[in-house]
Amino acid sequence: MANPHTAARLGPAQEAGTWASKLPGLILLVAGAVVIAAMQVYFNDYILTLASIVLLNVMLATSLSLTNGLTGLFSLGHPAFMTVGGYVAAILTYPARRKGFMMPDLPESVAVQEWSLLPSLLAGGLGAVVLALLVGFPVLRLRGHYLAVATLGLIIIVKTLVNNLDGYTRGGLGLNGLPQLTNLWWVYGWTALTVWACWRIKHSSLGRAMMAIRENEMAASCMGISVVRVRMTAFVLGAFFAGIAGGLMAHLITVITPGTYSILLAFNLIVMIVIGGTGSLTGAVVAAIGLSLLSEFLRPVEEAIELYGMSQVILALMLLLMLIYRPRGLFGSSEPRWRWPVWGKRQ
Amino acid sequence: MSAYVLQQILNGLTLGSLYALVAIGFSMIYSIVRLINFAHGDIAMVGAFATLGLVAVDAPWPLTIATVLLTGGLAGITIEAVVFRSMRGAPQVTGFIATLAVSVVIQNTGIMIFSGQPRNFLFPSVMRERVALGPVTISLTDITIVTMTIVLLAILLILVKRTRLGIGMRAAAENLQVARLMGININRTIMAAFALGSAMAAIAGLMWGGRFGQIDPLFGFIPGLKAFVASVIGGVGSLGGAVLGGYVLGLSEVLFVGLMPSEYSGYRDAFVFFLLILILLVLPNGLLGRSAEERA
Repeated sequence: MANPHTAARLGPAQEAGTWASKLPGLILLVAGAVVIAAMQVYFNDYILTLASIVLLNVMLATSLSLTNGLTGLFSLGHPAFMTVGGYVAAILTYPARRKGFMMPDLPESVAVQEWSLLPSLLAGGLGAVVLALLVGFPVLRLRGHYLAVATLGLIIIVKTLVNNLDGYTRGGLGLNGLPQLTNLWWVYGWTALTVWACWRIKHSSLGRAMMAIRENEMAASCMGISVVRVRMTAFVLGAFFAGIAGGLMAHLITVITPGTYSILLAFNLIVMIVIGGTGSLTGAVVAAIGLSLLSEFLRPVEEAIELYGMSQVILALMLLLMLIYRPRGLFGSSEPRWRWPVWGKRQ
Repeated sequence: MSAYVLQQILNGLTLGSLYALVAIGFSMIYSIVRLINFAHGDIAMVGAFATLGLVAVDAPWPLTIATVLLTGGLAGITIEAVVFRSMRGAPQVTGFIATLAVSVVIQNTGIMIFSGQPRNFLFPSVMRERVALGPVTISLTDITIVTMTIVLLAILLILVKRTRLGIGMRAAAENLQVARLMGININRTIMAAFALGSAMAAIAGLMWGGRFGQIDPLFGFIPGLKAFVASVIGGVGSLGGAVLGGYVLGLSEVLFVGLMPSEYSGYRDAFVFFLLILILLVLPNGLLGRSAEERA
């Protein structure tokens, strides 16, 4: 049987080969780079770290948007994948001379390694992929609602394992004093790559298959789409980018603990993609930037009036209001129309 | 069987009773509105905090029980009326996200009011005395938990099987649209399911607090998730299955901790959710559930 993914290549995917269609994206990429170069000249470390965290949220939200937005799954597993990716990368980059007493149970072959950032990140991403395959296999065959709880359970499983395998991970103490290998450029590069990859997937036949499954699972499978395989692809891709982001974050804040990436993080990412519009990458980017900045500004307010929990309540209420009054989010599932002066008119 | 194992089984039955109380409300709500209510465990927390003052001053127990049932029921009704009613007919995923948001609101409102610090929650000392029962001992709290669960489940069973409301609930669980065509007041039925389920969860919260001696605004979430695991084990949407699953989960969790070497006891939560994934792999419909196709 013909692979349905190659069957219908429509719209943007057709133009994608030409230089003219790549130009707007390149211009955006260069513009972003110029902004970052300028920021590094004019702003202090605090602002630069904040900018990195905002960009990481963009990366996480767009990658989750692939799973939850385009394919219509409801995964909360990003923190679990980030923890796995973060720990794998952290163990690989950790100075070899300190590994002996920090992580005594590591096998000799790993303990002598001291990798640079990029291969460690990729290894972390692969670790997350393996985990996603293990969990996806039993759960993705079933109806959607099991995935939510199974991935919540996954967060708890991963946290418990990391907490208890203290010969490898130092348990609840976490790994501190990681080399600070991540900087704004690394984060910017990976975020750009993630957004680009998700954009290309969305406008490919694979993306159409994902959206078809989201709209009507039965109709999609009647069209010859292998529902389980496409779901698995979306889930695993999301996990890969989450694993990378976990590694980037660990080497940005130079510490990782079992609780660094919590259920609350999964919830905040969900808020971002629902408010942005499930399936809209532009929406995910805009909402991730907006909401990260909002919670960053709310935190000092919360501390000043000593009402801890307030910023989470505000976020959750925003989400509820959005779900009640505008369930499609800011941008629905589409990219907004004003994109065409930038991206070239499509369709 | 040694006394140690019997003791563990007894502990498992107590924990299983608590899971069963939470899981049955979970299943009841799910069977009618197809909504996985992530906020269900937090209702248990609300129940415990609502009686914090009463327990501290040793108020008469009927007052405490009435307060907790009323608070839980009202909390359930409020959540349903304010949030979920406006989303009826929305895609299933929207409902999950909404329940998660409600859970975050409840937890963080709890933190705002009571702060995140754990608080002592001690039943009167007579409840904490241990009675010898052959080779094993059991505290009065545990006896109360088990008997209360049985009594509440019996009342619920009669309600669901014998009353108009219960028949309406079962009809709505079978097919919401047809039930509506048969003249069943759907809004009232759904509200009743939320009220009953939440009242059960709240009383489980009260007992949970009394058994473990401490409560904090986040303590309900994990038991809530475990209750979901229990209802999956029994078959999601089946009330009998929820009770069975609650006891199966409670027993296996306690036996895992009690019978495995002590260095594995830290893996307790991982074990429960690993069990969930295993069940989904080999027995996705649970012990008493119907097949996924029928459940639509």
